[in-house]
Amino acid sequence: MAGEFGVTSSALWRNALERAAEGRATVGDAALLLREAPLFDLGRAADSVRRRLHPDGVVTYIVDRNINYTNVCTCQCSFCAFFREKGDPGAYVLTDAELSRKIEETLEAGGTQVLLQGGLHPEWDLVDAVRLTRAVKRHPVRLHGFSPPEIWHFANRSGVPISEAISRLKEAGLDSIPGGGAEILDDAVRARISPRKVTWEQWAAVMREAHRQGLPTSATMMFGSVESPEHVASHLVRVRKIQEDTNGFTSFIPWTFQAGNTLLSRDPRFGETLPSGFGHAVGYLRVLAVSRLVLQNVRTVQVSWVTMGAKVAQLGLFFGGNDYGSTMMEENVVASAGVAFRMSEEEIVATIRDAGFRPMKREAHRCSI
Amino acid sequence: MEPSLRTIQDKVSAGVRLSEEDALALFLSRDIHAVGEMADLANRRVNGDRVYFIVNRHINPTNICVNRCKFCAFSKSGEEPLAYTMTLDEILSRAEEARYQNATELHVVGGLHPDLSFDFYLRMLRALRERFPEMHIQAFTAVEIDYFAQITGLPLEEVIRDLKDAGLGSLPGGGAEIFAPEIRNRICPEKITGDRWLEIMERVHNAGLRSNATMLYGHVETLASRVDHMRRLRDLQDRTGGFQSFIPLAFHPKNTEIAKGYTSGLTDLLALAVGRIYLDNFRHVKSFWIMVGPKVAQVSLHFGVNDIDGTVVEERITHAAGARTGQEMTVTELVTLIRQAGRIPVERDTLYNVVREWPESSA
Repeated sequence: MAGEFGVTSSALWRNALERAAEGRATVGDAALLLREAPLFDLGRAADSVRRRLHPDGVVTYIVDRNINYTNVCTCQCSFCAFFREKGDPGAYVLTDAELSRKIEETLEAGGTQVLLQGGLHPEWDLVDAVRLTRAVKRHPVRLHGFSPPEIWHFANRSGVPISEAISRLKEAGLDSIPGGGAEILDDAVRARISPRKVTWEQWAAVMREAHRQGLPTSATMMFGSVESPEHVASHLVRVRKIQEDTNGFTSFIPWTFQAGNTLLSRDPRFGETLPSGFGHAVGYLRVLAVSRLVLQNVRTVQVSWVTMGAKVAQLGLFFGGNDYGSTMMEENVVASAGVAFRMSEEEIVATIRDAGFRPMKREAHRCSI
Repeated sequence: MEPSLRTIQDKVSAGVRLSEEDALALFLSRDIHAVGEMADLANRRVNGDRVYFIVNRHINPTNICVNRCKFCAFSKSGEEPLAYTMTLDEILSRAEEARYQNATELHVVGGLHPDLSFDFYLRMLRALRERFPEMHIQAFTAVEIDYFAQITGLPLEEVIRDLKDAGLGSLPGGGAEIFAPEIRNRICPEKITGDRWLEIMERVHNAGLRSNATMLYGHVETLASRVDHMRRLRDLQDRTGGFQSFIPLAFHPKNTEIAKGYTSGLTDLLALAVGRIYLDNFRHVKSFWIMVGPKVAQVSLHFGVNDIDGTVVEERITHAAGARTGQEMTVTELVTLIRQAGRIPVERDTLYNVVREWPESSA
């Protein structure tokens, strides 16, 4: 990656790395670093940001459960292997009894939170979302739920503004909002991989409103599909800008596109960008490190064992990550693409310790995912 | 940087050989960027940006074995339901498949079968060489060579000469495990000693055959025993120069008698990187993707590794112990994996002659 253009290029990425280390990376800087900076220079710089923000060497994780209330979805993104159309074999909507059972199991396993997300069901509106929220909150559990596309969908179907949708969900007990559906915050990329999903500005609008109402959220990024390094770079800078204004993001979670069983993997255009893309182990570590460097105003960067496996996720702790994510208990979305890594709490703790860090079960208010 | 690493880094930059204390300090370090950079320097000084792979086919003729190593989930007694022994025809038909995949190597290792004669193996080699002269036969660990000497009563030199005459091209590096007797007695008490393994390799090299060298890590060994293992390999390599590559093998726990988890990504990378830095007289360090997984294998290309083994096609030994990888990687997958890491893929034959280069940008 480095060295193609000789000394000049080396001076360029070094300058960019210097600005990035100070938290001043531009989109151009971040893209240049992604393309050209040597892996170890990126890793070292990201690691020193991580150490400055988390000098205690603590790596957090959470025991929670991922619950997907339905896989019926009108969005039907080409990168997704999870969605079904209503009436398809395999389409489902969880019953209240199933939902309760899953929450009870979570609490019995020492879990403190459920992550509740689902497809954009064509018949569901805000009333259904509020009902679901109340059903969860009958149990003594934190609810981290409804990504921006879901909130937009509920508001839209009920004909109310985003602000009202969020306030009614909050009133019903919603504790925080996951940052899913961000994919790549660029409408040209979205047009190719998720044309029916909210635009990047709509995603940002939901997040800004949630933060304004005091609901913390995470932010995510799905990379390794058809985007360029510039798209990744501008995604990071856009998240940084929102955070400068609201300070509502608790964590940033980059993960890689999993191609199995997806329409996108059968798109002849997919693959063009593969050798220069980042949807592989080395690319993942590079993106993780640049994320840590650019987003110094977001406290936590989470590694993704769900998409990268326990081993590369552990290595991610040396490339800027300070949170190992969740035990999940069940994972349906990435698993639909044929990727099924599993980790117990014991394994997560042992893996963090093996890398020389101090594992700490995350407290509820340091929400993530 | 950790202060002890600084002096080691100076040695690596100057090309000065590391001490055993140095190797131990590297294993204990958690500054993976510093260790990785040293390994990368040591590797690229010799191999540049080239990363090798091979189109090969593993054949494990039998899993019936008179030894019961505690880390092994592959070996069976003849009566057990999963025991198998391939006929010569079955072996040849696997080689036939390999030919259609343009393989350049057959990799043949198996259990110490109580009834198969030395003559069977000689016939196997002759038949393979005759029918598939284009493929190199890499076969038999030092443990099997010792066993042939035992069951025939022939001196080692004769066993090696007969095998070579029948078509044996080189030896893999298996059976080394950990040489230190206090560890070896706990994990594989019936297996030949470390001294014997090294003695056989020395004879093999003296007979003009090359071999690889392995080290099994992630079980009950200590870091000091790993360093001792590598020291003995480096000493022998100084005398013979017959080792081609160093291959650390990650212990896999399923169905074995050793209660341990899988190795971590960090442990895998350190085994490879420290091997690369310490074993200054080995040209190649190989990360076996079957064991560490394709993702760590790819990252390891920045941590001193210049070889990711091959297409494999059918792997029984690690999979018996719960390998979570597939059985096969295609050439396209291997080339892509190397290229994504920013390196130049080179298909090699067993002896590291270039079969084909994939320079940048050609598909």
